[in-house]
Amino acid sequence: MNQLLSLVKKDLLIEWRQKHTLFGVLLYVGATVFAIYIMNGQPDVKVWNALFWITQLFVAVNSVAKSFLQEHPNRFRYYFTIVRPSTFLLAKMLYSIVLMLGISLVSLLLFTIMLGNPLSQTAVFIGVTAAGSISLSAVFTFLSAIAARAQQNAALMAILGFPLVIPVLMMLKSLALSAISPVYQSGWWMLMLVVLALSIMVVILGLILFPFLWQE
Amino acid sequence: MRSSWWKILCVILLAYAIIGGLLLPVPARHILNETVRNLYFHVPMWFGMMLLFGYSFYYSLMYLRRQQMEYDIKAVAYLKIGVLFSCLGMITGMEWATYTWGEPWSNDPKQLATAICMLSYFAYLILRGGIKDEEKRAKISAVYNVFAFALMIPLLFVLPRMVDSLHPGNGGNPGFNAYDLDSRMRLVFYPAVIGWFLLGMWMSTLHARINILRYKKENTF
Repeated sequence: MNQLLSLVKKDLLIEWRQKHTLFGVLLYVGATVFAIYIMNGQPDVKVWNALFWITQLFVAVNSVAKSFLQEHPNRFRYYFTIVRPSTFLLAKMLYSIVLMLGISLVSLLLFTIMLGNPLSQTAVFIGVTAAGSISLSAVFTFLSAIAARAQQNAALMAILGFPLVIPVLMMLKSLALSAISPVYQSGWWMLMLVVLALSIMVVILGLILFPFLWQE
Repeated sequence: MRSSWWKILCVILLAYAIIGGLLLPVPARHILNETVRNLYFHVPMWFGMMLLFGYSFYYSLMYLRRQQMEYDIKAVAYLKIGVLFSCLGMITGMEWATYTWGEPWSNDPKQLATAICMLSYFAYLILRGGIKDEEKRAKISAVYNVFAFALMIPLLFVLPRMVDSLHPGNGGNPGFNAYDLDSRMRLVFYPAVIGWFLLGMWMSTLHARINILRYKKENTF
């Protein structure tokens, strides 16, 4: 537990000290939102929702990719000697979830400022965004571990990940839509539970499979 | 003879499925008409694909447990033939849809789910292509295969049930277990399913045997 917390703290500290990467991602979000506004002006609610989740997808690929791809392969060998693989993966996942939560809240803010604010239940939407950030970053953290072991770049991670997260995005989109237009949607909680169960499953699968990636 | 009985059975069943499937009488249904014969070719492709991917998943798990290259070679062989079956299933489905739904691709949830599934297995092949070292390639691709299979399969069963679809068996459309699969069609359908699946097994085992030989001789495949 202590190891877990200190690993997460280490990653966040590195993030804070190398501010250029953090602000790079924030700028990436800002530039994306600006580009959307230039292309399309203020879209109607359904398009707004779709664009928001597409942006989340690309932000996840760009920010979470760093979790494994950023570190030098030699440094992994050092980590192997001091922590258990499950602890290491959990630490990386927690770090990317924290990072992704922050960035998606910022992008939500930018979206409401520049592309209009269609939200009728802001709290619900923020909840869905949080659930989405958790599941997206959990999946992509594990895939970035695969891509890093295959000595490939973030493009491979995107190829591997998109088919897996499209169904999640579909569910998130319909969950978020009920926070935008005040329509009663039956089975909302059921769908939310499916999303959360899926994130838990990703974490469990990751914990089972990561030790195999870990071995040289 | 003892080990090849199922190959002979496969040839007999498929010959029966093709000849019987095209010639034996089928119930006349509105819109479907003779396209209902696609049941003998399209549906067995999906069953075969599911089973082949299942086998591939099993061999990937075995590879992770035992670390023997043979398991990796088998996992890839079953997966490749599974991808071939999924392509064939997609093509037969689209051809059927042209005559019954009016267009080959109508963004039906079933079509989308299948396309997503195919994308993830193409990604597996890309991932393998990018790694040169055999041991490493085997390990990483086995990990991805297990991860993708365990995530995709529940989604493929959950997602199409969330939305209405035109596909038989959904949204009030009769499926193959409802009234329109009468006993005459069952007589061809079940042999066809077994026959196509045996063909898939045959192709995969051949592919695996060639690669195992090549691996033993040249230490690569």
